[in-house]
Amino acid sequence: MSSQDKALDLRGEVDRLISAGMPRATALRLHELWRQESGPASAAFLISRYEKLRDKLSLLSYRLAILRSFTVEPVVPLLRAAAFCSGIDLRIHVGDFNAYAQEILDQEGQLYSFSPDAVILAVRTADVAPELWQDFASLSSNEIGDAVRRVSSSFQQWIRAFRHHSQAALIVQSLEQPPRPSFGVLDNMSETSQSGVIEQINQELRRAANGYRGVYVLNYDALVARHGRLRWQDDRKWLMARLPIAAYQLIHLSSEWLRFLVPLTGKTAKALVVDLDNTLWGGVIGEDGVTGIKLSAEYPGVAYQEVQRALLDLTRKGILLAVCSRNNPDEAIEVLEKHSGMLLRPKHFAAMRISWNDKVQGLREIAAELNIGIESLAFLDDNPFEREQVRATLPEVTVIDLPGDPLQYAAAIRDHPAFERLSLSAEDQQRTAFYAEQRERAQAEQNFQSKEDFYRFLDQEAEISPVTAATLARISQLTQKTNQFNVTTRRYGEQQIAELAAQQGSQVLSIRVRDRFGDHGLVGVAITRDRDEACEIDSFLLSCRVIGRTVETALLAHLAESAARRGCKQLIGWFLPTKKNAPASDFYRQHGFELAKQNGDGSLWSLDLTQRKIASPEWIKVSMMNGGHD
Amino acid sequence: MASDLFGIPADQISGSSSPETIEAWDSVQHLNLVLALEERFNLQLSPEEIEQMKNVRDIANLVESKLQATPS
Repeated sequence: MSSQDKALDLRGEVDRLISAGMPRATALRLHELWRQESGPASAAFLISRYEKLRDKLSLLSYRLAILRSFTVEPVVPLLRAAAFCSGIDLRIHVGDFNAYAQEILDQEGQLYSFSPDAVILAVRTADVAPELWQDFASLSSNEIGDAVRRVSSSFQQWIRAFRHHSQAALIVQSLEQPPRPSFGVLDNMSETSQSGVIEQINQELRRAANGYRGVYVLNYDALVARHGRLRWQDDRKWLMARLPIAAYQLIHLSSEWLRFLVPLTGKTAKALVVDLDNTLWGGVIGEDGVTGIKLSAEYPGVAYQEVQRALLDLTRKGILLAVCSRNNPDEAIEVLEKHSGMLLRPKHFAAMRISWNDKVQGLREIAAELNIGIESLAFLDDNPFEREQVRATLPEVTVIDLPGDPLQYAAAIRDHPAFERLSLSAEDQQRTAFYAEQRERAQAEQNFQSKEDFYRFLDQEAEISPVTAATLARISQLTQKTNQFNVTTRRYGEQQIAELAAQQGSQVLSIRVRDRFGDHGLVGVAITRDRDEACEIDSFLLSCRVIGRTVETALLAHLAESAARRGCKQLIGWFLPTKKNAPASDFYRQHGFELAKQNGDGSLWSLDLTQRKIASPEWIKVSMMNGGHD
Repeated sequence: MASDLFGIPADQISGSSSPETIEAWDSVQHLNLVLALEERFNLQLSPEEIEQMKNVRDIANLVESKLQATPS
């Protein structure tokens, strides 16, 4: 069957599955269709079918506005179809042609009344800096300097105005270089070169973006260069339809946008579970033996070293690695520990399942061991059969598709949007080490008769501090990612945290925990608001890394004590149940709070501060830092 | 392809279907149709040729003549 026939066949199957009322199976087939054919026609088909299923699948709804100086309409269906496949139901508003500046500045205009979650600003060098693009050779150095200043300050002004009017994320595309500089090869020899001044504007843009929370720069020039500058453009389409990009490249622009939207919506993978044979090395260890497998700096082993290099880069972004392989454990561990071609070692893996059991079971166990949801796992396996089985049984797992050629495996990993991050905290970079310490803790715990003895042995030290510029990103990240020990599950962006902290009567506190095995880093957040004579706990959450170590009691004791000191008579807090936060459901009751109110959303708990105190656990040494605001 | 883009069943599209008879066939969808044809059949359509694309039959004839002209 040709691929076109197969795609037609899939369309028929999709419609049969919709009529049969099988939304999850339909979604699987739609993803398959999109993998086979990601173009304008399949995108239109996907969108129309997804719109029928929208209410039956748990999709995350997200609003994106695109401000532009060129035709982006054909990218919109591609982006919506790809987003559907990532579990995002994208509503898109496209700004009027070349009206981006007015739309950013006009608080009453269409942009802000759409109330977007994110905005993309896509302007071409030719439109925003026409003299630098086409008349560069005729400009004096003064005129060049003026143009650079004008364009740079326009970007600064737009970003500032946008942040003033909106809390949404802003993605600004940087300026592209001309495919043929005005002075030809001489451009590179002159002091003020055309490419140099465009890069100067881009540097200014990056600097301006760094000054604000939630403003990101998309390196558009690098995107164009990656796909070939001359092949990227289509002059005929530009003249005909104001579409400057070749038809077959539009999918790459859509993918690049998605690399920002996936982390913005939190649809990222926290851990990647990898197969071993023919994925981390070439060949099968059980048949080829340690000396027979392909893994070195030369072809063909180099393909697998590149895979390992890509995986190492993921660990540096805080993504955990785990092994799930059908193998004899002794042989596999011998390669992991001793093979000279291995870049990854056992310490890089947070969990391992090497046995003859099936992979679906292995994935479930790994999620449980790492204490993360199954939807936070990604799966890498060279075997299409295994991938299909995981897709069919665990549709929440992000399955990485691998092409036939192992030399392209590494690129498939690096290109996947589920591994993108928009900011990195210190905790992200050390996460793999945290999990290794965690294993030591679990082993130590078994040697103690009572929990209290174990707590004393741990020598925990906690440091409570108001939010600072350095901790803001991590605090926001914890509110976004913590699902289990979280009483209200309110999600806050960095900008919102900064605003909460600045409000009169509000407090945003974080807690860091250290023990004899190592530093857990910043693992808890409490947000409170004083109103009349009560202090209300808006958010209280703790990373799963420290659940069950009485750290929550230490933080709550601090809230009660400081609220009493400020003259509050009551400490109150809502528990809002979700599918996942059962571990926190008894939190208030266990600490002496009384049920004050109950409604369809949850229960309100109250502690009379004039009568009661909360004792901080004696085995945790608590210190209070005066981080202050900056 | 036209069925996907315009969101109507294939059996309701004929050679004489055109922007006048299909409501969803607006200028944006016309551009999408051009892009889809270029991608699927790996060809380039000139502004003059796009001008000629008045209905489904014209489009089919145009694509066929271009495919024959460029041996693959």
